[in-house]
Amino acid sequence: MVAILSAVVLAAVAVCAAGRELLAPHALDQDVYLGVVGAGVEGHLFGTDQLGRDILQLSLAGARSALAGPIVVAVGSMVIGVMLGTFAGYRGGVVDMLAGRYADLLLALPSVLLAIVVAGIVGRGYWITVAVLIVLFSPSDVRLVRGAVMEQTPRPYIESARILGIRPMRIMFRHIAPNIVPIVVANLLLNVAFALVALSSLSYLGLGVPPGAPDWGRQLADGRALLGDNPLAAVVPGVLIILTATAVNLLGDWLSELLDRRVVAR
Amino acid sequence: MNGTVLAFALRRAAATLALLLALSLLVFALLYLAPGDVARNLLGTRNVTPEALAGIRELHHLDEPFLAQYWWWLSHAMTGDFGTSIRTGGQVGPLLLDRTGITAATAGLAFLLSVLAGVPAGIAAALRRGRPLDRMLVAASVVGVSAPGFAVGLILLYVFALGLGWFPVYGTGEGFLDALWHLVLPAVALAFGLGAFVVKLTRAAVIRELDQDYVTFARGRGLSERRVLRLVLRNAAIPIVTSLGLMVAYLFGGTVLIEVTFALPGLGSLMEESVLFKDIPVVQALTLVVALVVSATALAVDLSYLAIDPRVRARAVRR
Repeated sequence: MVAILSAVVLAAVAVCAAGRELLAPHALDQDVYLGVVGAGVEGHLFGTDQLGRDILQLSLAGARSALAGPIVVAVGSMVIGVMLGTFAGYRGGVVDMLAGRYADLLLALPSVLLAIVVAGIVGRGYWITVAVLIVLFSPSDVRLVRGAVMEQTPRPYIESARILGIRPMRIMFRHIAPNIVPIVVANLLLNVAFALVALSSLSYLGLGVPPGAPDWGRQLADGRALLGDNPLAAVVPGVLIILTATAVNLLGDWLSELLDRRVVAR
Repeated sequence: MNGTVLAFALRRAAATLALLLALSLLVFALLYLAPGDVARNLLGTRNVTPEALAGIRELHHLDEPFLAQYWWWLSHAMTGDFGTSIRTGGQVGPLLLDRTGITAATAGLAFLLSVLAGVPAGIAAALRRGRPLDRMLVAASVVGVSAPGFAVGLILLYVFALGLGWFPVYGTGEGFLDALWHLVLPAVALAFGLGAFVVKLTRAAVIRELDQDYVTFARGRGLSERRVLRLVLRNAAIPIVTSLGLMVAYLFGGTVLIEVTFALPGLGSLMEESVLFKDIPVVQALTLVVALVVSATALAVDLSYLAIDPRVRARAVRR
């Protein structure tokens, strides 16, 4: 029930993200003479922001950067996690040590703070921020995969594969990998939710998307100054961020519970 | 026995020190990560003559090898001298101290709120596992974990400051009570996510204990529910308390966004201003201080775990 509801919310966000040009063709149209107006004025259901842009259209258009970046972050960090984590967990030794230290180093600081520092110093821009977040998210994925691989390695099927003389690369990515997929997939969704919050936080601080781009975090930053004139300019994107992140989290929880049960049943 | 525990503690402390050293190297490298000439970056947006540029190079030892420069910076940082701010031209150390109070007050209040509300709620949810109250609390905690503090903060501002007028909108206030009043909304916004995390954590820890054999046994022996609950809570307290220590890192990340939202002049908003202005000495100092606090807390938590729980002590020694 909850899972279905979350899936519906996410599907709606995905439709907005994919069909942005069709659904919100006037998102960036400015009407400086009109300026800020409240809800319902001149056909603007949720009013406008300081540039006279329609809040409803802008919010619909913001779905794209709310979904695309977080998915890229989660997938990118998953790829690094699976590669490094599998090597570290299966081979052990120096690779394991280096991967462990790399994770220690990045986990010693709050990731949002690190992202703020690196994105601010190295340069601003949506995809730069996405790249920074991939690097910052990967340590926990490396740890997760490493743990799962280390749990599989002493099992009889791997022992026998080794005795049969199968190449290590093949053991790692053909024999072990399928068995850690459930954990990785469940974690992927939780990472999407975290990345959505992190990316919108950076945009909120003016480090993510460029000024003027449709983005919920950016809208919140602009809306902060408009709380008195048109509170919906901040409340609508705020509710959208919370709703979307909650839906992704609920779906992730549901999926990991489902996969847990299936593992127990086996 | 005691000697081995001490050896473990020392090993853990040495690892923390090594980690901090590596981090400080990364933090120092921030200066070189920024695009453009290092000396020019240090001067900021001021107009520069070639003489001034050369002066800056000499002042910051930029003509020396990288590691020598790093050592020079680190040895000064150890004594609290982080150089001068590009933006204000003043010393970084006093600037940081000036801003610490408000951040400590907000974070402390948020921590208190989230523990006082989160722990009882988590225990209540665990005791009524599967019933409506539990489901409601679990759902609320998922929303809390998902909601970014600044979004919650803006909605709180709209409802309680602008709509109902119960709380001030911006600023810090005068006098103790007024200042506290100004910090309520920021602390609640920060505590929202943290409290949700505490609920999840407490619920999981209590449920884990309730499923143990000793609970069944105690009930079978006819112990009253209250006495059983006391046993369960004492055992569940260890993981809860240690995880609370690790939340300090989360608090530091969240405080940047909350302080910006509520226009509070704390360390978090200093970080935002300095990053946007590329005031690198301040960013370096702040990052290093946060890293120090976070890893010191993690170390303290690990060691206290060692002191509280004999089972952990035995495991640590065997390793």
